Amino acid sequence: MLNFSRWAVFAIILPLAIGVLCAVPSFLPDSVVTRLPGFMQTRVNLGLDLSGGSHLLLEASTQDVAKQRLTNMEEQVRTELRRADPRIAIGDISSRDGKLSFMVREPSQVDAAVERIRQLTQGAALTGQRDFNVEVVNSSTIVITPTSAGISNAVKSAMEVATEVIRKRIDEMGTREPTIQQQGDNRIVVQVPGLQDPKALKDLLGQTAKLEFKLVDFTANPAEVAQGRAPVGSEVLPYPDNPSGVPLIAVKRQVMVSGEDLTDATQGYDQSNQAIVNIRFNGSGGRKFGQVTSQNVNRPFAIILDGKVLSAPNINEPILGGSAQISGNFTVESANQLAIALRSGKLPVALTVVEERTVGPGLGADSIRAGLIASIIAVVAVAIFMFVSYGRFGMYANLAVAINVAVILGVMGMLGATLTLPGIAGFVLTIGTAVDANVLIYERIREERRRGRNVVQAIEHGYKEASRTIFEANVTHAIAGGIMLALGSGPVKGFAIVLLIGIATSVFTAVTFTRMVVANWVRRTRPTDITI
Amino acid sequence: MKLLKLVPDNTNIGFVVMRKWAFALTALLTVLAVGATAYKGLNMGVDFVGGLMIEAKFPQNVETDKVRATIGTLGVGESSLQQFGDPKTVQIRLPLPEQGGAGAANAVVEKTRNAMTAQFPGVTFSRYDTVSGKVSGELIQNGVLAVVLAILGIAVFSWFRYEWQFGVSTFVAIVHDVLMTLGFFAVTQLEFDLNIVAAVLTIVGYSINDKMVIDDRIRENMRKYRKMDMKALIDLSVNETLPRTVMTSVTIMLALGALLLFGGHVLRGFTAAMMLGIIVGTYSSVYVSSSLLISLGLTPMSSEKKAGKANIAAQAERVGPRDGAQP
Repeated sequence: MLNFSRWAVFAIILPLAIGVLCAVPSFLPDSVVTRLPGFMQTRVNLGLDLSGGSHLLLEASTQDVAKQRLTNMEEQVRTELRRADPRIAIGDISSRDGKLSFMVREPSQVDAAVERIRQLTQGAALTGQRDFNVEVVNSSTIVITPTSAGISNAVKSAMEVATEVIRKRIDEMGTREPTIQQQGDNRIVVQVPGLQDPKALKDLLGQTAKLEFKLVDFTANPAEVAQGRAPVGSEVLPYPDNPSGVPLIAVKRQVMVSGEDLTDATQGYDQSNQAIVNIRFNGSGGRKFGQVTSQNVNRPFAIILDGKVLSAPNINEPILGGSAQISGNFTVESANQLAIALRSGKLPVALTVVEERTVGPGLGADSIRAGLIASIIAVVAVAIFMFVSYGRFGMYANLAVAINVAVILGVMGMLGATLTLPGIAGFVLTIGTAVDANVLIYERIREERRRGRNVVQAIEHGYKEASRTIFEANVTHAIAGGIMLALGSGPVKGFAIVLLIGIATSVFTAVTFTRMVVANWVRRTRPTDITI
Repeated sequence: MKLLKLVPDNTNIGFVVMRKWAFALTALLTVLAVGATAYKGLNMGVDFVGGLMIEAKFPQNVETDKVRATIGTLGVGESSLQQFGDPKTVQIRLPLPEQGGAGAANAVVEKTRNAMTAQFPGVTFSRYDTVSGKVSGELIQNGVLAVVLAILGIAVFSWFRYEWQFGVSTFVAIVHDVLMTLGFFAVTQLEFDLNIVAAVLTIVGYSINDKMVIDDRIRENMRKYRKMDMKALIDLSVNETLPRTVMTSVTIMLALGALLLFGGHVLRGFTAAMMLGIIVGTYSSVYVSSSLLISLGLTPMSSEKKAGKANIAAQAERVGPRDGAQP
């Protein structure tokens, strides 16, 4: 058992050396790391609680997605049936309880209508389920019900788009190394290291940025508009900055141009030095805008953002160049934010912040310093204690612990794992428990010596018997760690990562590595008695 | 060189004889812990009740009453204040505004910050947490689930690995450890947050580690000394592993002590929980879980057949050639 072949020694030393090597970049400054070869550049990430920064958890309302989908469906049904030849007239359209229902006026056309609407639905699952169910009730009413598979598909794709949009917006803000990840079905985690005040970020992410241009319905009766009623084909929208004093305005339902036709948006100033957003349309958007403005000179149009009218300027002359400006009650900052939001596209679904954690960089730095000091003191105290208790063998254990610490850091670097404040606590605890394996072995060797075994037999037996116990104890420990990793959020997870890596590496360093070192010493000196 | 031995050789303490007393004491403390938790309640952090937390650092020592008065005039709800770490750092907790979502929460933070800066020039804000009621509910659920699953998973493991009595005794001892930790937090009113859940899970992990070592030795001795009385056998096993139990507890206490004194204020609650857990866990390993095996009726009969063979094999190995000593 004390015999280690050359290849066994190699097999033990090599992974440890690699692990230690991988830990090195974590201690070097940025400037040095970038000059290292690629595989050496991975290092331990610091969690937000150490580096300072903001963590936001955003949630999308699945109901919103479902509602939006139903509205789109309604629009599609109207167009499709209008296009039919002969045209299919419908009435009594309602979308209640998440269903869309309407009546076909001519009973003989019901089948043709169903046929056409079925074409609009799509496969939603492998089982052949469609995304909408279409049924006829009371012989002339068609009911369109979204299926659950359809909704979950829609949420999924909305979240993908939303994640992408958020990534673009945050990149535009020029923040460094943000992490943006989808979590669960309808949540997105955003982590921005180094960000002191997340207010701007939250404002930016809180905007859906759905931009529309619509003509103002100047035929509407102001008194009716004030009560929220609009003529047919128009709708009443909130207009907080309306110069007339009434915070409402009637606009045509039909969209002139929407944010989808934008190619660029930048913050700028108008003649009176007021902040505005300059926008540029793509080809078809520019044509549409030019056409509508030509036909409506001297009439106002409304600039609508997220269902609210920002401003309703007059069309003084046709706007043909494909660019326009959005005026409103902007500050430079809010104009800039809108420009960013427009450039990165609209969010397919509104997001709300359900959790926020911000740590100032000062506190983060304090925590790192405190954690480092505590770790060093812990290591030194444990090392002295081990030496006083087990002498030479204690030093071997200390060597194993030192290597273990480096290897844990190395493995964390390789995995790109994040070190958090609880992670540091996990580290300190690992130092404490790593020596437990050695304590088990050494106590066993002491026992075996007391029972009168010779040195070699006692060492052999100590390692053999203790290994089984160590294995079992670590399996149970790993069960706890695994559950923390699976169920834990934030701090619990950060702790579990270090704990699990520590369990894996400490068995190797504390048992295999020290056995090799002890065996080497015994072979060289052939002691007849040992102090342990 | 004379080496340190915390537990003298051939220590023989009659742990099993004391078990009635130990059980009574354990039961009493557990009841007290549960009572304290029920009566005083836990000082739940925003992680678990939802709300807003702002940590403010003042340039000089500050009275919490003054801070409370300043916030009281803002109409942002009832604040709860806690001096945190040193007398210059105050943690302010506020309820989340009932409606208005993220914008409203932002407004509250803004309002509080502005008022504080006006009243106490030089104050800085080192941390904000906002947790909505929905998320906090999930965090509680996950936290409780994690602890329960960890305990069950470990109990099932030791049941399969050994006899059912080991599973039950481990389970009882660990539930005891967790309840004692909760009681500690109820009595001290230290903030109970997500970090503490991590601490509780670690206590569970450590405590089980401790019990496994003793259980493993009991099983080994059951094979070795088939005729020995169960009480004597358990005493022997606990005493044999006692040096290790004490050594490991001391090393971990050294490490945690360093963390408690030098690790910064954010981790203090966490470390305090861990230290208590180590003490409680060690106590329950030595006095409760192994003695409980007797009360549960563990006998050496169950593994006699296997044990016989293993014993012969073990003997054979001992008289074998000393191959390991060859260079």
